Amino acid sequence: MTPNQQGILRTPVNDNDHSAGPADAPVTLVEYGDFQCPHCFRAHPIVTKLQKALGNKLRFVFRNFPIAELHPYAVKAAEAAESVAAHAGPDAYWKMHHLIFEHQQDSPNALDEPHLLRYAESAGADADDVAADVEDGTFEEKVKADFMSGVRSGVNGTPTFFINGVRFDGDWTSPNEFKAALLEAAAEGART
Amino acid sequence: MTTHSKILGAGQPAPDFEIHATPDQTVSLSDFRGKPVILAFYPADFSPVCGDQMALYNAVLPEFHKLGAELVGISVDGAWCHAAFAEARKLHFPLLADFEPKGAVAKAYGAYREREGTTERALFVVDGDGIIQWSYCSPVGVNPGADGILNALEAMRDGRPVEVA
Repeated sequence: MTPNQQGILRTPVNDNDHSAGPADAPVTLVEYGDFQCPHCFRAHPIVTKLQKALGNKLRFVFRNFPIAELHPYAVKAAEAAESVAAHAGPDAYWKMHHLIFEHQQDSPNALDEPHLLRYAESAGADADDVAADVEDGTFEEKVKADFMSGVRSGVNGTPTFFINGVRFDGDWTSPNEFKAALLEAAAEGART
Repeated sequence: MTTHSKILGAGQPAPDFEIHATPDQTVSLSDFRGKPVILAFYPADFSPVCGDQMALYNAVLPEFHKLGAELVGISVDGAWCHAAFAEARKLHFPLLADFEPKGAVAKAYGAYREREGTTERALFVVDGDGIIQWSYCSPVGVNPGADGILNALEAMRDGRPVEVA
């Protein structure tokens, strides 16, 4: 364990966030992630398993942290996912979210615009709406705001996780360590 | 047991240096006189994560520039290695080679790890007069992020005291 307490979530979870699980869950896990980041790709099934394991004890929130210079499709993927949420609602957002991560490694262009639009349509949105939003940069500011809220909270790469508002500096690649940290926070959260 | 170096702190003059940024070009701290400069010491080029500290700072660079500051990264890697790293990560700021004599700049800042032969993961925000306004030494395995730097630069811009890390 490191005593480093620099990373505190500065922007509390709010109505602009994409959130899965009960709002009053004893533990909230916030991920700052990049849809084209291979480490986030690795984290995705781990988080999904933890959601299943913790059930109603866990609320999961995903915020965009695209590192554009390394991942040329990351910003547009984030904007497309935002567009799906705006046009088709939270369930469609999560479908889009899963589709992007599941297909991230299919091919080098798995997240180019034609693919993103296909995922958007599978998720239940109208591809033309999403194409127009991506073209117009409708959600550019939202994605930037997510990014800056992460920077100000001490996000130090992707993925970065916050458990009940405190950056998790442990090893998320170890499902047991990650789960133990969440359960500990859930027990604390249930007491307060 | 991780031992921390005793790095220079706020109020101390930042030791000047002149080291290579590219194989045929050197950079001095005094080149930045008149504007804040961020010195980001990091252990090594090509650490095996993609969202690493330098890639993050590259993404936050426009925010540093908005606050009038310049950024340099410093490690004991040589200039050719830095060039390859900067190209691979598309970095838009200079990487300085604390290579010969090895670690001399890091030692002057109290940010050298003798046992490993690398620099600490240490941050210094130096004002336009060459005085350190903020410094922070992170556990070497923990990327400290950018918020401490931004807080320090904002305080300096607004004429507020800079909070100690």
